[in-house]
Amino acid sequence: MNADCIIIQGSNMAEAHPVGFQWVVEAKLRGAKVIHIDPRFTRTSALADTFVPIRAGTDIAFLGGVINHVLSNDLDFREYVVAYTNAATIVSERFADTEDLDGLFSGFDPASRTYDESSWQYAGNEDAGGDSEETGARRQVASALQHESHGPGIDSEVERDETLQHPRCVFQILKRHFARYTPEMVERVCGVPAEQLLEVAKAWAAASGRERTTTLVYSVGWTQHSTGVQYIRTGTILQLLLGNMGRPGGGILALRGHASIQGSTDIPTLFNLLPGYLPMPHVAQHERFDDWIGAIRHGDQKGFWGGAPAYATSLLKAWWGDAATVDNDFAYGYLPRISGDHGTYRQVLDMIDGRIKGYFLLGQNPAVGSAHGKAQRLGMANLDWLVVRDLFEIESATFWKDGPEVATGEIVPEECRTEVFLLPAASHVEKEGTFTQTQRMLQWREKAVEPPGDCRSELWFFFHLGRLVRERLAGSQDGRDRPLLDLTWDYPVHGRHDEPSADAVLREVNGFDLVTGRPLASSGELRADGSTAGGCWIYTGVYAGGVNQAARRRPGSEQDWVAAEWGWVWPANRRILYNRASADPEGRPWSERKAYVWWDDELGRWTGHDVPDFQVDKPPWYRPPPGATGAEALAGDDPFIMQGDGKGWLFVPTGLVDGPLPTHYEPAESPLPNRLYGQQSNPTRVVYERADNPRNPSPPDEHREVFPFVFTTSRLTEHHTSGAMSRTLGYLAELQPAMFVEVSPALARERGLEHLGWATIVTARSAIEARVLVTDRLRPLRVDGRPVHQVWLPYHWGVGSGLTTGDSANDLMGVSLDPNVLIQDSKVGTCDVQPGRRPTGPALLDLVAGYRTRAGVASMAPERIVTAEQGRG
Amino acid sequence: MWVSRPRWRGRVPAMEVTGWLRAWPLYRQLTGDDRLGRGVAVRSRRTEDLVARTDEADSVVRSVCPYCAVGCGQRVYTQDGQVTQIEGDPDSPISRGRLCPKGAASKNLVTSPLRQTKVRYRRPFGTGWEELDLDTAMEMIADRVLAARRDGWEDADPDGRPLNRTTGIASLGGATLDNEENYLIKKLFTALGAIQVENQARI
Amino acid sequence: MITERSRLLGSLDPAAGSGYVEPPPRVGFFTDTSICIGCKACEVACKEWNGIPQDGIELTGMSYDNSVGLGASTWRHVAFIEQRVAAPGAGGDETGVRWLMSSDVCKHCTSAACLDVCPTGSLLRTELGTVVVQDDICNGCGYCIPACPYGVIDQRRSPDGDRNVGLAQKCTLCYDRTGAGLEPACAKACPTDSIQFGSLDELRKRAAGRVGALRAAGVADARLYGEDPADGVGGAGSLFLLLDDPEVYGLPPDPVCTTRDLPAMWRRAAVAAATMAAVTAFAFLGSRS
Repeated sequence: MNADCIIIQGSNMAEAHPVGFQWVVEAKLRGAKVIHIDPRFTRTSALADTFVPIRAGTDIAFLGGVINHVLSNDLDFREYVVAYTNAATIVSERFADTEDLDGLFSGFDPASRTYDESSWQYAGNEDAGGDSEETGARRQVASALQHESHGPGIDSEVERDETLQHPRCVFQILKRHFARYTPEMVERVCGVPAEQLLEVAKAWAAASGRERTTTLVYSVGWTQHSTGVQYIRTGTILQLLLGNMGRPGGGILALRGHASIQGSTDIPTLFNLLPGYLPMPHVAQHERFDDWIGAIRHGDQKGFWGGAPAYATSLLKAWWGDAATVDNDFAYGYLPRISGDHGTYRQVLDMIDGRIKGYFLLGQNPAVGSAHGKAQRLGMANLDWLVVRDLFEIESATFWKDGPEVATGEIVPEECRTEVFLLPAASHVEKEGTFTQTQRMLQWREKAVEPPGDCRSELWFFFHLGRLVRERLAGSQDGRDRPLLDLTWDYPVHGRHDEPSADAVLREVNGFDLVTGRPLASSGELRADGSTAGGCWIYTGVYAGGVNQAARRRPGSEQDWVAAEWGWVWPANRRILYNRASADPEGRPWSERKAYVWWDDELGRWTGHDVPDFQVDKPPWYRPPPGATGAEALAGDDPFIMQGDGKGWLFVPTGLVDGPLPTHYEPAESPLPNRLYGQQSNPTRVVYERADNPRNPSPPDEHREVFPFVFTTSRLTEHHTSGAMSRTLGYLAELQPAMFVEVSPALARERGLEHLGWATIVTARSAIEARVLVTDRLRPLRVDGRPVHQVWLPYHWGVGSGLTTGDSANDLMGVSLDPNVLIQDSKVGTCDVQPGRRPTGPALLDLVAGYRTRAGVASMAPERIVTAEQGRG
Repeated sequence: MWVSRPRWRGRVPAMEVTGWLRAWPLYRQLTGDDRLGRGVAVRSRRTEDLVARTDEADSVVRSVCPYCAVGCGQRVYTQDGQVTQIEGDPDSPISRGRLCPKGAASKNLVTSPLRQTKVRYRRPFGTGWEELDLDTAMEMIADRVLAARRDGWEDADPDGRPLNRTTGIASLGGATLDNEENYLIKKLFTALGAIQVENQARI
Repeated sequence: MITERSRLLGSLDPAAGSGYVEPPPRVGFFTDTSICIGCKACEVACKEWNGIPQDGIELTGMSYDNSVGLGASTWRHVAFIEQRVAAPGAGGDETGVRWLMSSDVCKHCTSAACLDVCPTGSLLRTELGTVVVQDDICNGCGYCIPACPYGVIDQRRSPDGDRNVGLAQKCTLCYDRTGAGLEPACAKACPTDSIQFGSLDELRKRAAGRVGALRAAGVADARLYGEDPADGVGGAGSLFLLLDDPEVYGLPPDPVCTTRDLPAMWRRAAVAAATMAAVTAFAFLGSRS
């Protein structure tokens, strides 16, 4: 709302987040410029001042062009860059860039496809980086996710050149790295005319600086790529160079897609995390309690991670109460250990291989909503049992009787052994609790009515499942049962169904003093000596003063624009992170127009519109004493307090598996060779090479003309994810009543596709059919002198239940993952498109097999992932 | 914002006539100011008694939309234990009372006739659903969880380092659930030694 | 041009002309299509509030419009119009695209033909100046349907069992809600405030300001629709800001209250009838000769 320019890329905000888009419209009515960059003209583009069509999967090249323009023309916010970023920091002389190594960074090991990070380190700190064995382990456990609440570790004392002239300072490295991303190159790679790139670059830079700020909006259009994390890194570099981080109207808005997907990462139902982004213990790296604590704290580094022992101990006390003692390392041994990749896609392949017995689906419909639908369904068909908890009879509950594989004969109901329990769930108005929305705000929902029939909340289900399991094990002397029997599991219940108290759970999450029972007010009150319990340290404060802060509902109209008394935002009810950067190094607002948090000399403290994201009484001129550690070691002008060096990172010396800087790689499936480097695609990406996960050929493979077109998928306003909560509702189903594919008039002519007729879309995995919408909103881009056709599909449809059913776009996808977070690259792939409906029954399998044969998929050499000259040497 | 005002209640000029006659539209048309019979003369009983059902609600609670992550405020109106209306909460500084089509269809979501309200069970190699009592289902699931836990149990890795885990159980879901629910899910699975816990955030 | 006489004895203030003494200010909608994101929240919120049945799961291929038009079970309808336009920097080639979206609704005309032709008094002018169907009066005769110059009102035909099947149905401007001090459901839900509700005087001012701002910003085609009291329906209670000709959005460019010429028509009909009688008689006589 306070932005002067809004860049939306990798997001269809108006369609996927319509109510959030009101603030974009409001800013636009006040004169802000709105720019939308997307493969397809959407309802977001319709409202934008400028729409830039781009080839799917080339956003880093485009943004690299913007960075190059900013650096070549000295358009960066230099004072901010020098003071608040690591631009001045000198990098090891051993570092070699993609410029020198044909698309690889120094330290690459072709055998394991991982990097040894030591050459990426700041000069003098070369020992700090992980070797390739360690980065390989990090890739398996998606360790970058731990950085959601804080940066990775880095040693404190670093060599800097604040003139930014040193050839090995980050600023100069950045300049050289992006020099290749010229407007002409961007045009060749992205299909974006040079003048459009320059228009965006100029608008972005003009609306940044002291007086103005630009905000950047992305969604899963950026994350769902084999280089997804580096997409976001590129945006971060730009926003840091232009001084837009930590300031009102600036920042990077990650628009998340589910009511509490942020909450489910904070309090993670994820294999590699414990609440508050603490790592799940790893069998080798965290064998002992001290290993685990040390890994979280990163030794004696600067920054706020000094509190790690208190956060970790308090979690163990919350879970195992009196059984967690100093003598037994607070029951650290009760925590199971991970040993590698246990992610959802790994699990599905393990199901196919018969390694998993039972599966719970909790408001999730992978038969439609996850990549490689066939693998999902075949995996579920090979379980001992499956528990589906949902509002509706979703496709993941009925794959055994009406899934696509029943039609092809791959699943025969009489031969499918999976026992299925479909348990109806309570809806959002039939239970109470908190959602955490996309800006980290917890909002408590009150309960309106009792759930009907057998419908129950997840809270009820898991509380009572735990009770039943514990009853069965009562008296067991087996050590493996201790974690269950010692678990604190005595939540008060109420009502005729014995519903456990969500309020009591939230109090435990917040944390309390074990002696007095007093709810803690902030994470600073958590203790490492076992005297406090707290289930999620970043949420400590949500029950400050014994009051459910998430239930606060002071009307927005009675508050200032920050509206601090509506809900509660982690951490510490802070609305904008790193907001110390909204003031200059001396603590004064950069400009009156953009004043947000500043140093008040008279009061001797930081003040402003928001809770300062800084030690409140630390003056701007504070300098740490030699040898200081933790928060003490951060200077009064180090705003990025969760980073080891207090700086915003333009260059990432440690923590990312695939490189310290973003580099354009082609998507794993692309019709085109990489024009920037010999390295075709992300060399470190995660692949599962198996016959049931075939890949379409990409350069340098032959036969890629078999799958000549680019496809991408996304949401419609009228539906939600797999459609379980929208295809089931008459009022939504009638608004988008059928699965369709959008194609350009040019492609329709080329392939004989008729508007409203049928088309069959084919990949090496499957073929699906969809009704055809021929639209000018899609048009072929001229890329490297030839037209590239892109088609678009919504992914809301599935075969099975609902008022409208249809083939699922996710059936087209294979599984390959970003190496940092193990998210699949489902935003771009290659395909063929033919007119007419697909064959049914076994003939469908024959069709796809024929494509695989023509594409040489079966006989394709082991995947040639490393294609850079240097990598082969 | 539209400001509340009392409903207009057919201010027909007072006349000494019997009630039934005054209720007859034609009489009102011929004797009142609405000679063409388009306004006050033709107001029906139901029109006169019209009230917003939100005004008749037994309770209204504050909720949050269950679809995307914007976190729009909702007010849920109930009458006789049924949800009668869900609409935007104008107090929310996030959404200011507005909702998208999905949020606006929330009542449809909650009251849909397609919703499952009974446990359904498919036995191995079965070709159709069977009914199952919820308590029985819970007992069966508890048994199966312990069996799968046991079958997939791993005490230590090949180097003898402790694992204390089972790979027999997997779980997917959480992004549409409450924080408190995710907390109990993670807590119970971890205590069971089940590590293969994932949700939409990975996707 | 509407004249006092041609308005079937109506008055300029439609509520006052319908027997309401000291009516409250007339209310209506202002739909600013320049900020419509085509989300259809208005359609859904309207259906949820008014209990309107779902009316067809059919892909139309008309861009993202699968509701087709206003009708008995669609009281708000979002039109989607895809246009080819010159792309910036493309030398005037029509390689760019413009996507117009607009939420249509009953116009709540100052001169409402549906009201004029209704023989039962089911159609009602409210004290707020709006036009509503009284379900308990309507007998389903259907006279109002062809009378509407916009094709708004229609008879509900399905689903079986719906209590209003057979009755004429259209937007009530949420008469129950406005009476309780609430905005109509569509305006309340609209994420971008493209649909605004309020007193018509205020909305007219807002609409004029907005069209002025857009024109000043170089959007030469911005224009208002339904705001002119001198148009064929005496001005509408639902104003629209459009970015192209009304017919592009499926709106009649010159809507005319179909009962406007009723008195004159009766005179002409009498003449025609007499003429026909004479001609018939003449022909009859002629055939005999």
